[in-house]
Amino acid sequence: MPTLVVAIYVELEMLRGFFFGFTMSFLLPWTIYLSFAGAVVTWFAGAQSAARARWCALGTMVATLGISLVAAWGFVPVASPQSMVNIGWLGDWARFHLAVDGISLALVLLTGVAGVAGVLFSWDVERRAGDFFALFLLLLCGVYGVFLSADVFLLFVFYEIAIVPKYFLVAAWGSTNREYGAMKLVLYSFAGSALVLAGLVWMSAVGTRTLPVFDLAGFVECGRMLPVALQVPLFALMFTGFAVLAGMFPFHTWAPTGHVAAPTGASMLLAGVVMKLGAYGCLRVALPAFPLGFGVFQPVIAWLAVAGIVYAGLVALVQRDFKFVIGYSSVSHMGFVLLGLAAASPLALGGAVLQMFSHGVVAGLLFGVVGRMVYGRTHSRDLQWLRTLPLARLMPFAAVVFALAAMASMGMPGFSGFPAELAILSGVWRQEPVWALAAVVGIPVGAAFMLRALQLAFLGGDGGGGGVRFAPVSLPEKVGAGLLLGVSVGVGLRPDVLTGWIAPALESPWFDLVRNGGAQ
Amino acid sequence: MSFLFAPPLVPEFARAFVPEMALVAGALMVLGADLSVGRGKALRWRVGCAAALGVVSVAGALAGLLLVGNEGGAAAVFKVSRVAVAGLGGLAVLVLGGTSRVRNPAEQVALMLFALAGLLLMIVAKSLLTIFLALELAGLSLYVLAGFDKARRESAEAGLKYFLFGGMAAAFLLFGFSLLYGLTGAVDLEAVRRGIAEGPGGGNRELLAVAGMMVFVGLAYKTALAPFHHWAPDVYAGAPAASGVLIASASKVAGFVLMLRLWEAFGVPGATVLWVLAGCSIVAGNAVALAQGNVRRLLAYSAIAHAGVMVMSVAAGHVPVLEFYAVTYGLATAGAFAVVAVVEASGRCREISDLNGLWKRSRLLTACLMVCVLSLAGVPPLAGFLGKFRVFAQVLARYGSGGAAFWMVLLAVASSAVALYYYLRILKAAFVCDPAPGAEAKIKTPVAAAVALVAASVALVALGVAPWLLEQLASL
Repeated sequence: MPTLVVAIYVELEMLRGFFFGFTMSFLLPWTIYLSFAGAVVTWFAGAQSAARARWCALGTMVATLGISLVAAWGFVPVASPQSMVNIGWLGDWARFHLAVDGISLALVLLTGVAGVAGVLFSWDVERRAGDFFALFLLLLCGVYGVFLSADVFLLFVFYEIAIVPKYFLVAAWGSTNREYGAMKLVLYSFAGSALVLAGLVWMSAVGTRTLPVFDLAGFVECGRMLPVALQVPLFALMFTGFAVLAGMFPFHTWAPTGHVAAPTGASMLLAGVVMKLGAYGCLRVALPAFPLGFGVFQPVIAWLAVAGIVYAGLVALVQRDFKFVIGYSSVSHMGFVLLGLAAASPLALGGAVLQMFSHGVVAGLLFGVVGRMVYGRTHSRDLQWLRTLPLARLMPFAAVVFALAAMASMGMPGFSGFPAELAILSGVWRQEPVWALAAVVGIPVGAAFMLRALQLAFLGGDGGGGGVRFAPVSLPEKVGAGLLLGVSVGVGLRPDVLTGWIAPALESPWFDLVRNGGAQ
Repeated sequence: MSFLFAPPLVPEFARAFVPEMALVAGALMVLGADLSVGRGKALRWRVGCAAALGVVSVAGALAGLLLVGNEGGAAAVFKVSRVAVAGLGGLAVLVLGGTSRVRNPAEQVALMLFALAGLLLMIVAKSLLTIFLALELAGLSLYVLAGFDKARRESAEAGLKYFLFGGMAAAFLLFGFSLLYGLTGAVDLEAVRRGIAEGPGGGNRELLAVAGMMVFVGLAYKTALAPFHHWAPDVYAGAPAASGVLIASASKVAGFVLMLRLWEAFGVPGATVLWVLAGCSIVAGNAVALAQGNVRRLLAYSAIAHAGVMVMSVAAGHVPVLEFYAVTYGLATAGAFAVVAVVEASGRCREISDLNGLWKRSRLLTACLMVCVLSLAGVPPLAGFLGKFRVFAQVLARYGSGGAAFWMVLLAVASSAVALYYYLRILKAAFVCDPAPGAEAKIKTPVAAAVALVAASVALVALGVAPWLLEQLASL
């Protein structure tokens, strides 16, 4: 035993002391393997007791978060993704190729944070806990895989692994209209991925036979050489397919319905990381591979993004259901991500990635407060009913957390949303001031619906509800909320840590054709 | 191990026939054992004995396939499909051993083995006559198997329908074959191919087209392609479950491999006919499946939709791609059917709602059903997805991204999103809904059926992650 301890110690010292790329190449893929293994173990543990299942899930997620933190600690930003695993998988046309750059790393960290918080906010799941947490971890396995894939085919496989568990999570453990919401959610996502699949099949046919076309580098290289006549339809297929999952207007309707129907932990994941998969796919595959196609569609995407920001914000303003407010706010904030992608300058793209991170944390927090803390106790999400309760007095912790999260969501300085939206808007302004002016309307709207929700839900009700008492906010909820808030404030105060990773990744030659606005 | 089949033990001419001989000998053994030892024994004992002997003889056939050398050309090329057909047949026998309640288990197992022998021959038969004989050996056994549960009206109806449609199909085929013989003066496939390539005398291009159409209409009936699919839902719904496993899986694999070989050999009818068959099957199968309430009928329509994709892979003309798709489809359907069989054996499983609350009744069945149905839906990382992708990629690689092939691929991709809806309806019942009152009892999966289910599920996951395993079978 002592030998083993010494061996582990020496190993760790080696990892720490030596070249950090070595550390990463060793560790990050284990987020995928561990969450898969965790899913299997949790499924079996669930047969014994719910407590075991949730501890297994928490242990797994903490381990993966720890891995990504260690990797982040030793991360040296570089322009092109560093390969970690690259082995032949399906002959030579699809490889098991995992790589990491600053964008991937930021999103992997986000996944770890959202996953840990999601498990903590699902601590009250007693019914079929084994199945619940197994699917939860399986979904996260897919998410980690997407963010780390450097092979488009592999990316697609992980993408679909992340889609299907959503159906079961929402349909079996959800609330309002859960079966409808789950089916709508998964059919939209699957239809989107069918578009991506069509694009992939098409690419496999037009790609040259010599280079392994699905390796991300080869795919990008191959796509960029295609004539406009091919790039336009291919870009349309793949961008639309991915953008459905990112909640692009007018394909966003699955998001509010699905998020509202989902159980708290699942809606935190859906809004927190799954919507990012779509945006990530757009950024990683569609944009660099088909720059000419992007040039054609750029204004369309920008205006759709602006429409999403403003329209979803306005819709959120009139919702009676507390969770629908958050659901539409997600669509609105993802609109900023898409707008950043549309502007495609380094500043705007960096802002888009930062906004993905920021929104993942903040939306997770908002859904946690609304779904678990408020709905879990009052069993109502009707804002008109909630205003009769003095919730701020009955649940001071929830009220404070929600107020802080609302500020983060509004883009107040000091929280992660501020640098992100600022970067996007200033990047867009330099590209096309009209888009920025139109999108900026979304900011006061966003403030308005958050403040309205805050006021109605927490600050109303002096009359009724005098004798009502709710169970106190439990420790897992406090830890989860503290984690998410801490990350949001941390990124708000030191956005340069993340942008320091992201900016070099955007210097990659893959983006050189879109970086200056796509148009040739 | 291959020395077991070397000349001193097995005569040279018989080596190629080891698998078929093992199956036929096994069938006779099953019948004989039931007649002698099984006389007066309890039904359970007889079912177990028949299934055990059946599994042994399938294992013998597999050993023959894997261990005998690869001298014969066709035998080596289609080794994967032959191994898969034998394996799927083994699954069907296992399911029968676990769930059957018919009064003559030995006869059912024996017929299954005969059908398997026919299917194995069909894959490699090299002359029109042998092909027809093999088809009919398989077909006649399957008709009886479909109607085997004499006590049930549905089963009788299934048997009769299958027989009538199958007989018609055989007539079409035979007519086509006789025209081919008349045109080329040969029954050997290679000679027929050469005869056609040199051009049949007297400007009989039209007659050749008629012959090709006849053959393909016959095959389309046999493989349940729209618009020749009307027998399939009734047969799937009425046949005893174990027979259903065999009809839905092994016979499809063999049928499509045969179709590919004949299409490659004749070059008629042109690809257009295949596109029409594929388009009709994909649209009709998926559209009608949306409205089905009966699990087995739903599986039947899903089979029709999958048959459409398999026709596309026939048009792509690449044997490993077709084999992979057919095998993974066969495994998934066999698994789904096996779950239905087990649920049925412990109660009722007609409507999708009869699967309600399966998660509470048996975790094993739920997990296996999820794997199989999601593989049918083509969700990665399960094998069905790779199969689908490879077919589409191969079609485009052969026909380019212009014209009918391209639109077929788009249609098939789009319909896979539609298909997910009805597959999720099954899984919703099994995984999400609560059991109906009165049907909450736990289901104890019989060991034999559990083995079959776990084998199918594990194979689907393994082939999805490591598809080359299937091709490695051929080089064993």
